[in-house]
Amino acid sequence: MSDGSSRPPGRPSAGTARVPASARWRDRAAGLAGLPVALALRLLDPLMAAVQRLIGAGRMPYVFLFPNFVFFGLFVFLPIGINLVFSVTGGPALFPSERPFVGAEQYAYLFDCGSYLDPSSCREDHFWRGVSNTAVFVLFQVGTMVLVSLLTALVLNRPIRGRGFFRAVYFFPVLLSPVVVALIWKWILQRDGLLNAAITSLGGQKILFFVDPSWAMFWAVFVSVWAHMGFYTLILLAGLQAIPSDLYEAAEMDRTPRWRILWRITLPLLWPNMIVVIVLSLIKGVQTFDEVFVLTGGGPGTATLMVVQYIYETAFANQVQNFGLAAAASVVLGLVLFALTLAQLAATRMKER
Amino acid sequence: MAALARLLGARRDGPGRPLHWTDIASYAYLAFGVVLMFGPVLWLVFSSFKTQSALLEFPPSLMPMAQVEVTVAGQPNPLPLFRATLPDGSVKELAQIRRVGLVAQMVDPAEPDKTYRVAIDKREPVRKVALATENYTEPLRQFAFLRFLSNSLFVTVVATAITLLINSMAAYGLAVYEFRGKTAATLAVIGTLMIPITIVLVPVYLVVTELGLVNSLWAVILPGAATPTGVFLLRQYMLTLPRDLIEAARMDKASEWQIYWRIVMPLTLPALAVLAIFSIMWRWNEFLWPLAVLTKTEVYTLQIGLAAFQGELQTQWHYLLAMTVVTLAPVALVFVFLQRFITTGIGSTGMK
Amino acid sequence: MADLKLTGARKAFGAVDVLHGIDLEVKDGEFVVFVGPSGCGKSTLLRVIAGLEMVSAGEVHIDGERVTHLPASDRGLAMVFQSYALYPHMTVARNMAFALENMRLPKAEIDARVKRAAEMLRLTDYLDRKPKALSGGQRQRVAIGRAIVRDPKIFLFDEPLSNLDAELRVATRKELAALHAELGGTMIYVTHDQVEAMTLADRIVVLRAGRIEQVGAPLDLYNRPANAFVAGFIGSPRMNLLPATVIADDGTLRLRLGAREIAVPQATRGLRAGSAVTLGIRPEHIALAPDGGGQLDLTVDLVEQLGSEALVYAGHAGLPQITLRLDGQSRLARGATIPVRFSPDHIHLFDTDGLALPRP
Ligand SMILES: Nc1ncnc2c1ncn2[C@@H]1O[C@H](COP(=O)(O)OP(=O)(O)OP(=O)(O)O)[C@@H](O)[C@H]1O
Ligand SMILES: [Mg+2]
Repeated sequence: MSDGSSRPPGRPSAGTARVPASARWRDRAAGLAGLPVALALRLLDPLMAAVQRLIGAGRMPYVFLFPNFVFFGLFVFLPIGINLVFSVTGGPALFPSERPFVGAEQYAYLFDCGSYLDPSSCREDHFWRGVSNTAVFVLFQVGTMVLVSLLTALVLNRPIRGRGFFRAVYFFPVLLSPVVVALIWKWILQRDGLLNAAITSLGGQKILFFVDPSWAMFWAVFVSVWAHMGFYTLILLAGLQAIPSDLYEAAEMDRTPRWRILWRITLPLLWPNMIVVIVLSLIKGVQTFDEVFVLTGGGPGTATLMVVQYIYETAFANQVQNFGLAAAASVVLGLVLFALTLAQLAATRMKER
Repeated sequence: MAALARLLGARRDGPGRPLHWTDIASYAYLAFGVVLMFGPVLWLVFSSFKTQSALLEFPPSLMPMAQVEVTVAGQPNPLPLFRATLPDGSVKELAQIRRVGLVAQMVDPAEPDKTYRVAIDKREPVRKVALATENYTEPLRQFAFLRFLSNSLFVTVVATAITLLINSMAAYGLAVYEFRGKTAATLAVIGTLMIPITIVLVPVYLVVTELGLVNSLWAVILPGAATPTGVFLLRQYMLTLPRDLIEAARMDKASEWQIYWRIVMPLTLPALAVLAIFSIMWRWNEFLWPLAVLTKTEVYTLQIGLAAFQGELQTQWHYLLAMTVVTLAPVALVFVFLQRFITTGIGSTGMK
Repeated sequence: MADLKLTGARKAFGAVDVLHGIDLEVKDGEFVVFVGPSGCGKSTLLRVIAGLEMVSAGEVHIDGERVTHLPASDRGLAMVFQSYALYPHMTVARNMAFALENMRLPKAEIDARVKRAAEMLRLTDYLDRKPKALSGGQRQRVAIGRAIVRDPKIFLFDEPLSNLDAELRVATRKELAALHAELGGTMIYVTHDQVEAMTLADRIVVLRAGRIEQVGAPLDLYNRPANAFVAGFIGSPRMNLLPATVIADDGTLRLRLGAREIAVPQATRGLRAGSAVTLGIRPEHIALAPDGGGQLDLTVDLVEQLGSEALVYAGHAGLPQITLRLDGQSRLARGATIPVRFSPDHIHLFDTDGLALPRP
């Protein structure tokens, strides 16, 4: 790593001969954001001293954990419980005690299908559209994502000038909000947009990208890859740079052909990072909502409706708010995510080995 | 095959070796990347400065252009300037007084008394680069975008401050002390890592309703304030601080709270900075949850406002594009200054 | 300034007993050094006194007051850590002032104390520096300064010199002694360097595996070790500990040592013939006996010339290697056979349990 990115932020630096500009800005930014925090810390001092005198130093850790766990309790643990309650009750009421118990009815309704391969044969066809759209989306998105970020990481790992700059270029869209990303592309892809201008100037016909279901799905995948590939490239690049260079030197000494080095050294050693990339992009892909929602609105029709959009609309946007059905769907989604997370843990374990 | 492998080869050869075609291919790939990654954003920025009529042009021009107008003596209003081809074949810059059917009545700004009649297909508008800054000022005035902007700022700053405070407290508790239930608490944090708000959307909505927070910015701030990612990141960092420091402080009669904020917090600054930047990014860009819980325009954040207005303003792309730029600008600025820091931060923590 | 009393102090980490009941009294103004091999519990004992660890059983009294369950911050002691534990984000002055601020002393008082300590420790020029910009010795002095400004009841030191190079260690050792003479505070000092222990201590506490082996003034420990462990631990090079068998104990004690028989002209101790003992003799108490009268013949294995003295390592069949310390420079060569004799007044005898047999 020749571009100064070698110091992990997780280590306090010993001996600072030269403070890099980014560190200076970082500290300034942190100082600014931290100002209210610093003030709060100072103001809480007398109170906390009194608390410590009251309960003793041994119980102070609970005091430190308390606020965070109040939040966890209110907005994570409690909701998980309520979610299960919602999913087995019916009616439009929001407060659980006003909701009649319906058992597994919501789940039965969700899973009532003529054929699981044909969404239109299902009672809740939107859910199954969402499932099948999400499946297609994830399949193409993850596949493209892995290939593109691997290629980019390999190129960025070559001895090129301005690696830092190029890495930043690919990374930049990661920071953009999904809404902004979607609007940027919507503007380019609209009927009189830049892309259609390019197509007509080459003698083609304007294409209505958001009217054709296949094109809409294509662009949903494309925009999503565009926005996130920088993140995965970074993970793979870190993996590539962690491969000890003496391995390559040893291979060179053995006069190993380059393609063999790629296949037999680089890719196998990169495999743990690849798994992390695959699983992470799967987890994020399954939860895709905002970019596609703003880009296509789920359309045309339901051609790009994702599961999360289905949940959101069922619970909040439809005329009849069906909290029970949405909760049941999110329990199903939660189980899928849980399975994927276990896969990720297994993958990380593998990476550590 | 070997050439392809060479193209993708991870070997770093020493400097001063001759350029191979794979190097050229690499740079070509990267240059293409620059266009593909930056191009759309630049296009957005250029477009956001175009007038409404310029936006309707097809094919679109790259730079924001507007027709030049001149003031001609004897004429009450400024007149649009054209480059006209006269019947004798000469080309002259003329201002148009009025247009009747297929013929335009024009005047030479240098000689205000002399008028010409020119067929409209014999004249070209004279254009120059002009920034339609009203795209920015108008929606901020006409619509509630200033409000959205301040809502977003409020949410981002307050939420980040709360996150830094309570996450660092919890991390400190978990990193420094031995106490009953520590393992359970640590596991709870790790377990929470796996639960995105997506799957508890409805019940969190219920909790927020019960707290009476719907349509308040606190409904956006509070649910995500305790981030397991933040606790975990800070805890890992605090674990690397020497225990002796904490014990020395204890010998120095510091209370536990003082140890936390006077010793541990200053030393955790690098990790706090990472968390602060991530929190700012998360909060500024957050979409699904605010969309669910904010239904009144006056509490919209920028992202929600933007998404809502792209439905309403479909025909008013000029405002929409400008506001998109406004939304994107802070992030872009942060990126310019902290790029290296953010990329290494992500590289080493694997979070986004 | 205060005295300290430990009674039956035990410490266990989970199932592991680290301290097995320590009884100790430290008098006001005393300089007490804990020595012992690595892992014997010196630091743990110090931390128990400091209040950084709580005893599992037993009592701790400071100045007659029971502080057994008082946390560190309320005991009024100061500690110098092996790593110095200077707050890296504070200047030298703020490092020293930190505790005083926590005690809510008035600003003027804090400044005066910091200034005085800085002068005493020659740190005045460095008050505005961060610890990172100091040398090892300077850091060490800041750590001591941080303790001094507190004017604590007891100073606690955990191997404060171990991170310094040899020369600086000697210099700082002398400064510490001078400091103790000047301040007169009660000091408890942990080290595994027995030279530090000998030179600094009013009293040395020798620890082994969580137990006190012996407590006493340095020379008492040197001259009259209570057991073979202390005998071997105090003094450098180590005392030679040789297995021997009693032949007879009737007026003069006769022992079988390897293949030889030697007589120890000391009064009867009532040892039974045939019982095993350990004979201890320090390297400086073995003399060459070239002109007859040698008690043991040794074969030289190795000679280390230190200039002012020479260390000779020599063997005898059936005995462990024996170390001799000879004044001046030695001409002995490897393989040479040397007759030696033991200075009779300096022979130590230990029974099979390692306990010193009482001297007549
Ligand atoms: N927090 C702890 N948990 C479990 N065991 C501990 C803990 N602290 C110390 N020990 C054990 O207690 C024993 C004594 O440790 P201590 O640090 O007191 O040794 P020491 O005499 O200071 O050694 P050294 O000279 O190497 O510093 C060691 O065996 C150590 O492993
Ligand atoms: Mg120790």
